[in-house]
Amino acid sequence: MSNPLLQVEGLHKNFGALKVLKGINMTMHRGHKTAIIGPSGCGKSTMLRCINYMEVPTEGHIYLDGELFGERKINDSYKIMSDKELAAQRAHIGMVFQGFYLWPHLNARDNVAIGPMRVKDLSRANATELAEAMLDKVHMSHKFEEYPERLSGGQQQRVAIARALAQQPKLMLFDEPTSALDPELIGEVLNVIQELAEEGRSMVLVTHEINFAREVADHVIFLHDGVIVEQGPPSEVLDNPQHERLISFLRQIGS
Amino acid sequence: MGAVTTIGITLASFSGAIILGLALALIRLLGLRLINVLISGYVEILRNTPVLAQLFIIYFSLPSLGIMIDPVPAAIIGLSLNGGAVLSEVFRSGLNAIHHGQREAALAVGMTPWMNLRYIILPQTWRITLPPLGNYAIALLKDTAVVSAIAAPEIMFWARNLVTSTFQTTFVYILAAILYFCLSFPLARLVERFERRQSAWL
Repeated sequence: MSNPLLQVEGLHKNFGALKVLKGINMTMHRGHKTAIIGPSGCGKSTMLRCINYMEVPTEGHIYLDGELFGERKINDSYKIMSDKELAAQRAHIGMVFQGFYLWPHLNARDNVAIGPMRVKDLSRANATELAEAMLDKVHMSHKFEEYPERLSGGQQQRVAIARALAQQPKLMLFDEPTSALDPELIGEVLNVIQELAEEGRSMVLVTHEINFAREVADHVIFLHDGVIVEQGPPSEVLDNPQHERLISFLRQIGS
Repeated sequence: MGAVTTIGITLASFSGAIILGLALALIRLLGLRLINVLISGYVEILRNTPVLAQLFIIYFSLPSLGIMIDPVPAAIIGLSLNGGAVLSEVFRSGLNAIHHGQREAALAVGMTPWMNLRYIILPQTWRITLPPLGNYAIALLKDTAVVSAIAAPEIMFWARNLVTSTFQTTFVYILAAILYFCLSFPLARLVERFERRQSAWL
């Protein structure tokens, strides 16, 4: 094990006068799974979105695989990358959104295939083959031709996961992947994420599902008011919380 | 003869209006305040003044600045500038109908903003705006009649000339109207077919 897969260094994010993140540090090694929990508005989604520069950090730096992400260091100053360079780096990180965001004009197969085709210049045949393999992985091989509007929320989210997998990413980011789902559809999505975790994929997961975080993650970060209040293995953070705020948070969500 | 000119002016100014309208709508998305103020000023002025006045300004007033334009190019420029203003609003609402999350998803898979526009945003904008674009094309075909006022030799121009020489006012204008109908009706059917195809997708 050389350098860590992901390093977040002194991350601050302001939206105007609002300070959402106030100095976050995090290190994650290959094959590990980190869950970020915390009350809504604590900055956990913002933190995740800063990792792939969906939000540009106000301060601090991200390193993926030891390489500076989203910026270039020239002499002693940091400069944001061009759109093209940034896109090439983002291709290494798969992201799954709360709202799925499938593209409605493409069927399930093309939703997954278009990224590899356009970003990695795969031929249509190869991209289609890859897409079908990824859809198979999320148990959607019966819906290749279906358009998003004809899929349930759980199915849409599984296609979205396949789309991220087709990037063959080094790291997967999940931003509350089940929060927009009807209760009866949550299980199928969590199952897929769990299977990916068991394959040894590296992932950072923002979630409200505490029991799922306990099962899947090897590291839990509790974020409150823009700072990491407590972190460690789930057996400590979730089952033996120390901090007052974490204790009341866990009590509130009934875990 | 006049019909060919009418079709030519319609096609050329429709293309011009689409290019200008789409460009204006996309530039607006960049969110540059000064430029957006200029664009909406342009759109409001062109939408709220008669096309006829705009054509007269281009055809009769520009020569005093030393810019001479023939009637047909003047008609195409005028209708394109006017149509661009109208269609920029059509494209803008089409672009706004696309959830911003789709753009994020495109960037997340490693697409550049240009790829996002090309493969994700524009194909959808196109389908959303197809019916209003079609209706605009039909309206434009008939509105080209106003360019006879700057002596562009299209259907109405020939009709007026014919009336002056034959005095068959009713007959000639009815003939002209029939000619417009013959051009417009098939176009309207075509637009209808596009609309049906699109609702199958939505």
